[in-house]
Amino acid sequence: MIVKLHLKKEIHVPVDAESISPDVFAGKLVEEIAELPLWKGNRKVPLKDVFGVEGISGKVTNELVIHIDGNLSKVQRIGSGMTDGEIRIAGDVGMHLGVEMKGGKITVEGNVGSWLGSSMKGGTIEVNKDAGDYIGAPYRGSTEGMRGGTITIHGNAGTEAGRYMKKGLIRIDGDVDQFVGIHLKKGAILVRGNADGRAGAFMTGGKIIICGHLKSLLPTFTIDSMKSKAKVEEEIIKEPFYLFIGDLAEHGSGKLYLAKNKNKHLETHEKLLQ
Amino acid sequence: MKELLIKNGFVYDPLNKIDGETMDIAVRDGKIVEEVKKGKTIDASGMVVMPGGVDIHSHIAGAKVNSGRLLRPEDHYKDVELKTVLTRSGVGYSIPSTFTTGYRYSRMGWTTVMEPAMPPLKAKHTHEELNDTPMVDKGAYPLLGSNWFVLEYLRAKMYGECAAFVAWMMNATKGYAIKLVNPGGLEAWGFGRNVRDIDDPVPNFDITPREIIQGLCKVNQILNLPHTIHVHINNLGKPGNYVTTLETMRCVENLATDNKPIMHLTHCQFSAFAGEDWRTFKSASEEIAEYVNSHSHVTLDMGQIVFTNTTTMTADGPFQFTLYQITGNKWVNNDVETETSSGIVPFQYKRKNYVHATQWTIGLELALQIKDPWKILLTTDHPNAGPFTAYPKVITWLMSRKARDDVMKKVNKKTRRKAPLSAIDREYSLYEIAIATRAGQAKALGLESKGHLGVGADADISVYNLDPKKTNLADNPEAITKAFKKAAYTIKDGEIVVRDGEVVNSVNGRTYWVKVETQANLFEIEPELKRAFEKYYTVKYENYLVPQNFSAHQTPVTAKARIKS
Repeated sequence: MIVKLHLKKEIHVPVDAESISPDVFAGKLVEEIAELPLWKGNRKVPLKDVFGVEGISGKVTNELVIHIDGNLSKVQRIGSGMTDGEIRIAGDVGMHLGVEMKGGKITVEGNVGSWLGSSMKGGTIEVNKDAGDYIGAPYRGSTEGMRGGTITIHGNAGTEAGRYMKKGLIRIDGDVDQFVGIHLKKGAILVRGNADGRAGAFMTGGKIIICGHLKSLLPTFTIDSMKSKAKVEEEIIKEPFYLFIGDLAEHGSGKLYLAKNKNKHLETHEKLLQ
Repeated sequence: MKELLIKNGFVYDPLNKIDGETMDIAVRDGKIVEEVKKGKTIDASGMVVMPGGVDIHSHIAGAKVNSGRLLRPEDHYKDVELKTVLTRSGVGYSIPSTFTTGYRYSRMGWTTVMEPAMPPLKAKHTHEELNDTPMVDKGAYPLLGSNWFVLEYLRAKMYGECAAFVAWMMNATKGYAIKLVNPGGLEAWGFGRNVRDIDDPVPNFDITPREIIQGLCKVNQILNLPHTIHVHINNLGKPGNYVTTLETMRCVENLATDNKPIMHLTHCQFSAFAGEDWRTFKSASEEIAEYVNSHSHVTLDMGQIVFTNTTTMTADGPFQFTLYQITGNKWVNNDVETETSSGIVPFQYKRKNYVHATQWTIGLELALQIKDPWKILLTTDHPNAGPFTAYPKVITWLMSRKARDDVMKKVNKKTRRKAPLSAIDREYSLYEIAIATRAGQAKALGLESKGHLGVGADADISVYNLDPKKTNLADNPEAITKAFKKAAYTIKDGEIVVRDGEVVNSVNGRTYWVKVETQANLFEIEPELKRAFEKYYTVKYENYLVPQNFSAHQTPVTAKARIKS
């Protein structure tokens, strides 16, 4: 069962599309879906004003696939709180994609805005290009970070990825900006590219693996040992790593793995191991 | 001339001893009258009619409430109220914005709310917010228990002078009652210290909390203020603090005359802890209830816990600091110059936590074991123990053993085994609920035109869609919660403002303050105050005073004082 949405014309004001979710679509006819409410700027409009709708909807959420076409970079909150089913986005998409999602799958061909999978509890998100800031991070002021699920970014990511994460996995194939894994409690973040610094600030547990260059290490991390590999779930990365423990300012025991070959500036720490 | 008739409701009006009789209530020009001839009629048959709800203790406005709003964006974003033709937009949840606070109280049928902790230095801010809180009448209690002037007058046993100062203060801050929070302790907190019990002298002042409480109690009697002193005890929120609570109540025992209350002990749930530490923590509700049952000089309010994510905020800086240390949450702590302190910490009350679950039982045990409902009033110390929007739930717990048992099944096992609550069968009647939420509150506050439906009273009325003749309320707790959540009608000053839980008319409420009438010249102390202001305060004396018409709808209530000049 696939429901296809396509953007009718380019939009210039933010559109809040909380109702685009398999949970909401399930059990509705295509005509009913077209009437679902969206917020376009400060106005409530039916979905059909913004999107063309076609396809066949299903009764059960887990059989439902929503396919969306067009430049959605102004469209926010798609798949908010979804529990099952699938959303495929063919282009770019805006902020708050998959907020508080509990299950199901979201795939994006293009780039996504900030707050991807904010406070998510389960399910998987895959992004083929870049993601913005605050991946998996809770809303401002809240400490209820990611509690499960997997986010994979094949491009680069912004600042504060995985803030307050308690469980789950974030994989970033490209580079990350500052403060990756800030306030990390548990769970794992794997960065295959470089990190811009301040990785793991305030972390008290969990694991951050950076396979590239880390611009600067926080002084509140101490070297623990050298490792010949690092492990994330089933995946094993075979290359030498420095293992640092921190953030000591928070009495933390989080693990920060930094690739030895890419981080020559950390060589001096090796002396402390002798 | 605007007239209204509420016909055939089951009327609960405890101050006039009306217990569920089917009656008509007539309203003309915002007041209750004998009868009306024409005008609108509300058919209230099969419904409960009560005076509008009164809340003696609810942190709804002022500097710390606003800091709490700023501290907690995550508290707001899931609880949004959209703008309508009549109402403004706003946010909840535990610290709602001002307009939303007014609407939400009104939707439940409440018409009067008191802000219980106003640092005099922040009085202007508090009144600005109160002015923006629609639908309800309001008032605010200035914090005086750690004020330098008060401490110095009381140390010298200059009660007359202290009374003159407090009278001046009521006028300067447009305040309603004397509030004491951890008396003396907040002054010590300015220097990173606290007081241990009511006989531990305040550093630098050589005065004990006992002397402060007794002194301000005497001052309150001299000034003849409508409300008694409003006390938040020393050692609040510490295991074993019930001893301090009993001492605090005992220390004014011999000041009482003709069986009248002279002290209001607020959010008593937080002051009824036994045990030596959190491990041996248990309920001391029986000890407190026993004392209150045999004495008549004190009234209490519950401060009932609700299992939710809320925000604690009090003027008790040292207590809030302890709470920060326990939770590790974000926090705000502040010293308000020579007057008081304050603190804010977000807090989650959990069913499965032994201490939290026991706190939940303590509040209900107090309400159920204190026999006289005029002595224990219903509050959640909004937002400290839970937001005021939980009142329907609390009413249900009081009225239905079944509802209590349903919660009991889900709480911590050790609590279930130990709490005296499991053995209590008492269930409040609607008449008692009307006392605990309206009549008793208005009486304790000395608001003569509130809390009853007698001729001449303000036409603040709530009508609930609840038929006590048809349904057995104790067996149908959901019906009680549902009815009290959305009033069928709320009438404020004779105007229908809420219908079926929706605001249909947005009105402004008054802000009450006490104007002390005395032969003495209250401004005699002005030169002395000005000198002290130059020396100690960050504001000029002239900028400190809240002017007569600072905000609209300020309404003075007069108190005839006996200050000798």
